[in-house]
Amino acid sequence: MDKIQIISIVASLIIFFVVINLIRHRKLKTEYSLIWLTVSVTFIVFSFWRNGIDKLAQLFGIAYAPSVLFIILLIGIILLLIEFSIIISKQAERIKVMVQELALLKQELEEKIEKNGQEKSKSITITEKQKEKS
Amino acid sequence: MKPKVLIIIPAFNEEETIVSVIEGLKNECHGYDILVVNDASTDATSALAHSTQLATVVDLPVNLGIGGAVQTGLRYANRHGYDCAVQFDADGQHRAVDVPLLVNLVLSGECDVAIGSRFVGDSKMYGTDILRRIGIRVFEFISILLIRKRIRDHTSGFRAFNKEAINFIMREYPVDYPEPEIVVLLARNKFLIKEVFTQMYSRQGGVSSIPVYKGPYYMLKVMISMVMACIRPREI
Repeated sequence: MDKIQIISIVASLIIFFVVINLIRHRKLKTEYSLIWLTVSVTFIVFSFWRNGIDKLAQLFGIAYAPSVLFIILLIGIILLLIEFSIIISKQAERIKVMVQELALLKQELEEKIEKNGQEKSKSITITEKQKEKS
Repeated sequence: MKPKVLIIIPAFNEEETIVSVIEGLKNECHGYDILVVNDASTDATSALAHSTQLATVVDLPVNLGIGGAVQTGLRYANRHGYDCAVQFDADGQHRAVDVPLLVNLVLSGECDVAIGSRFVGDSKMYGTDILRRIGIRVFEFISILLIRKRIRDHTSGFRAFNKEAINFIMREYPVDYPEPEIVVLLARNKFLIKEVFTQMYSRQGGVSSIPVYKGPYYMLKVMISMVMACIRPREI
């Protein structure tokens, strides 16, 4: 086994266990972790199965085999970025709705408090008048 | 029963004009409720609007942009069962006398959405410089292409919506520069849009939300969003 293979096996195993650990501790939501798991498993597979890269290179007609790795990596990163954009858009929409609802609720609450205050001050003046009468 | 009408004024740092705008509306439009949506202004807009005692004020805790502010107003309108909502600028460029014009068009059922336009009926263009005119012409051309309908003044922020339209755009309102996109969205979903000539003053205070140097960027963004609005699946 070459040095480089050992290094890549160790590195991809570390990535894999970091991802698993993040999911275990709920720092990474399971729904978002799928793509990370796929990426790290792909790394592990190709670091054990060295011929795989050559075979893939042949399949795609790529002369320089290691560039297959870059392609896989690039595709993985682009997919991740798209997923992030989707998540960000979703969150932005949710935050907007929350801000609007919060503002509306605040207004409603203030209105109610104001009304209550007026009613109370009214009832106070009435009781005062009754006291004066008696 | 008398139809309930709400005038929505989105306001971001409009302390110079907000009071006169509210008072003008109260004088010209009897029986209409006024809602100021304060888009996290850093000046006295909210306090001044409160002090008139003529308007309900909703304060957004963070700045959402004009679209987010108007949408808040539409949510309010929907929640309180208004039959018609009017969007009215806080900078004093619209005339309060024109509000009933738009409202009556919508309430009579002639259209779902009425747009107060600078260009219909009268060929003069008010309060616009040459660059803005070109931009507005481009939007006009795009709308003919996209929705086969000629809307002359896409950027007008003076609009009246009926109940169905309120319900629809309450969920859909885009945030950034929403006016042209909304027209496309509404037309695509079979809402009837009508333009009415309304005179506009050049702004009395504050600055335009689109400075000239941002023009090309704005144009591009709006054009893309118009096309996107057009290729989205129909909701209704």
